[in-house]
Amino acid sequence: MNEKLELKNDEKSGGHLPNGPAAAAILAAGAGSAALGILAVAGDASKSLAKLLTFYLPTGPLSGVTCIAIIFWLVLWFILAKRWANKTVGIVKVNVVAFVLLALGILLTFPPLADFIQGK
Amino acid sequence: MEITFRAFITLIHGMFFGAFFLMAVYGVVIELCKYAERPPQPSAKTQSLERLYLTFTVVLGWAAVLTGAYLIYPWYRAVPPAGVTDLAPFPRYLLKSSPTTSGWHDLGMEWKEHIAWIAPIAMTMVAWVLTKYRAVMHEHAQVRGSVLVFALAALVAAGVAGFFGAMLNKYAPVNGGSMIHLIGKAHE
Repeated sequence: MNEKLELKNDEKSGGHLPNGPAAAAILAAGAGSAALGILAVAGDASKSLAKLLTFYLPTGPLSGVTCIAIIFWLVLWFILAKRWANKTVGIVKVNVVAFVLLALGILLTFPPLADFIQGK
Repeated sequence: MEITFRAFITLIHGMFFGAFFLMAVYGVVIELCKYAERPPQPSAKTQSLERLYLTFTVVLGWAAVLTGAYLIYPWYRAVPPAGVTDLAPFPRYLLKSSPTTSGWHDLGMEWKEHIAWIAPIAMTMVAWVLTKYRAVMHEHAQVRGSVLVFALAALVAAGVAGFFGAMLNKYAPVNGGSMIHLIGKAHE
């Protein structure tokens, strides 16, 4: 996907800040939100996964769901930021993907939808 | 005038971290709307103040979710020992004990505990992009639009979490721990 989003302009455009670093931050934030929603549904659907996600017993599976989502978000941001540091990327495509991921994350945290997906 | 330790921490979580975060995000959304036009180049002092404001906003967001998940939520979801009939110190079980209040947990807390985390994730990105691209934001209309969408998402997420937090604390307040004496005579 990254290859498709990148344009051929790999150089710093004279005096202008390339949009790559912003695109990396935007896409990673969308992906992090989606990861949170997916993990929340998965943890609710499976008791064994919920047990695995219980990093801190008093908080329960929420601790693992949020820790993994945050680590995923930050690692992805770091990778994309390094890769797109001096590049101008197709920001419209990045935005569309990021918005879809953000919407997915928000929707999957909504309990009636999460229950519907699980067939409850 | 006294307050229990748990109620005090809940107050800090909701009325300080949560409420101020919500107001700060609203301010960012309004400021972003202004960025559609080419704003005058801010002075060094204005830029420093903006950076401070954005940093403070992000810190408030993370403080709200971290205190919520790791301090208050464990008190909320504590399991009552067998034979206990007074469920007041166990808010989750108190709410679920009646069909008229169980929805506050099944919908309210279940939604709040997850959606709240989207707000600081989104606002961390928004703050970082605004800090890095402040001077050239007018050249990056698509970036500005995306940042505005994420800031609005943070506002919605924090709003949902704040609303349900307030309602949950109304129907099943988190209470307990040592008593903190605020003003007046301490209760003997």
